[in-house]
Amino acid sequence: MTAGHPGEPGPPAPGHPGEGPPHPGHQGEPGTPRPGHPGEPGPPHAGHLVSARPEPGFPIRVDGRPVTAVPGQTIGAVLYANGIRSWRTTRAGRPRGLFCGIGVCFDCLVTVNGEASLRACRTEARPGDEVTTG
Amino acid sequence: MRHHDGPPADLAVVGAGPAGMAAAVEAARAGLAVVLVDSGARLGGQYYRHAPEGFHARRPGALHHGFRRFTRMAAALDASGAEVRLGRRVWAVEKVTGPGEDDLVAVHCLAGERDERRETVLARRLLIATGAHDRPLPFPGWDLPGVFTAGGAQALLKGDLVVAGRTVVVAGTGPFLLPVAAGLAAAGARVAGVFEANGRFGLAPAVLAHPGKLVEAAGYARRLAAHRVPYLGRHAVVAAHGGDELTHVTVARLGRDWTPGARRTIECDALAVGYGFVPQIELATQLGCATRGGGDGPAVVVDEGMRTSVPGVYAAGEPTGVGGAELAEVEGGIAGRALAADLGRDAGRAPGSARRRAALTAFAAAMTRAYPVRDGWQGWLLDDTLICRCEEVPYARIKEARALGATDARSLKLLARPGMGWCQGRMCGYAVARLAGEDPAPPRRPIAQPVRLGDLAGEPGPPDFAGPPEPAGRPDFAAGEDPR
Ligand code: FES
Repeated sequence: MTAGHPGEPGPPAPGHPGEGPPHPGHQGEPGTPRPGHPGEPGPPHAGHLVSARPEPGFPIRVDGRPVTAVPGQTIGAVLYANGIRSWRTTRAGRPRGLFCGIGVCFDCLVTVNGEASLRACRTEARPGDEVTTG
Repeated sequence: MRHHDGPPADLAVVGAGPAGMAAAVEAARAGLAVVLVDSGARLGGQYYRHAPEGFHARRPGALHHGFRRFTRMAAALDASGAEVRLGRRVWAVEKVTGPGEDDLVAVHCLAGERDERRETVLARRLLIATGAHDRPLPFPGWDLPGVFTAGGAQALLKGDLVVAGRTVVVAGTGPFLLPVAAGLAAAGARVAGVFEANGRFGLAPAVLAHPGKLVEAAGYARRLAAHRVPYLGRHAVVAAHGGDELTHVTVARLGRDWTPGARRTIECDALAVGYGFVPQIELATQLGCATRGGGDGPAVVVDEGMRTSVPGVYAAGEPTGVGGAELAEVEGGIAGRALAADLGRDAGRAPGSARRRAALTAFAAAMTRAYPVRDGWQGWLLDDTLICRCEEVPYARIKEARALGATDARSLKLLARPGMGWCQGRMCGYAVARLAGEDPAPPRRPIAQPVRLGDLAGEPGPPDFAGPPEPAGRPDFAAGEDPR
């Protein structure tokens, strides 16, 4: 919120090779259990439709759990691809996740590196991001 | 003067979808200094939303109809000399007068999703090409994770290559449901059904007169049939169920006025639901541009050169009335040429574009007539159904407010506070207006985008800036629709 927030991450550094993230080609493949959601497979991955050859993914953490992001993906998409679909709780205690997908509804808010109230559907993941939900 | 860099541009274009891109290309080719801003990370707007570079898609257009038009426009834009600034959210526009200068338009942006640096573009002319967003209707459980707007499910697929669910139900009204369902099915989701609240073939007569649309519609129908996706008319999803996430939906047969009849449940982990689109016109209303009602709700009034009622301000694409990507591109081209001519440049001619605009506008009008929203949806509501998702206002509270004498949308908002949260009434505005028995009014949003207040502290705002009411419980946001 304020300038020069200590948690401000640096510019995206593509690749992060050697850190051993799960390969992004596996992200969201049908039947593959998500790392972040034990036992619960995520939705199918549409990369095949556009003949994607995704760059090596990079790790981010969601409430401490490591998940893999493809460079350029939004945090909301990374959560979904990893089987995490419900992540915010309203004042009345209702669960929320993505709804409009285009930055209009503000249902998908997350905290990233201490910065609160960011729209997951609009915020691109950066290597090393610490996402907290609640 | 505020933060701005360099001399004023000739033209600021807000929105890099088909309308904004086409206008920027035409205007820049004619010699205007053009700055094109968009909140997205990539060109194309909602229609041409596509995956980031990181995917290295070899067939990036496989999820789109007519993606080649986009790649051609992007190349033309690149060659045109227009300056493109992506990742800029415009939160206000205002007329300013510089010393010894004509009227200019100041376009106030926030650059960056995380840090929100302030940036202002000054220009002699403004084109509003801000597109539209989905128009949802409330129903029990519509706030459960797993329920998407139709455009939202589409955005996740086209923009991030993530499929909304394994088993998806698509519902709502209008031909847009078909590409959404076809895309999800092609991507590997099981589409358990497409439920059209109106008749399935309402548009048939108009489609027959437009060979291009006929081919497109036939293509979707074929793809849905290939995936054995049932497509039913006069049906709607009237409730969504689940604990933390969606597990199933209730589908009802509808009467002609959409009164729900026989019901059944369908298991699914995602629902994509949309009842048309709402033009995003708050920048135009901030400047006082005249609007008209009817059709898909308030839209900006423009003349044959896409000029609004405010001198120097133009609009193209969905803000002038929902009409789709093809019409938006035509209107953008018309606007770009008119802008160039109005600033004394020779923009060349595009014979036939006025006629194409008229034909596509007529088609859009036929579509609105064929796929209206009928008030019977109010029969889906239960007392605890949220009308406003942000402020969590249930239907019961709307009824209370009505019983207390709030008979118009404005009084409903003051009493029950729907539409006063972060989405600024974009998600519930239509429903609240209809629950008050009104047609939706043009938006009044002194801040076009919710802004984290820290980003504006100590910064000059527009002179007429009136802080909107603070949404309860979110002291760090300035949002809400001004109920006055
Ligand atoms: S899903 Fe609506 S703002 Fe992110």
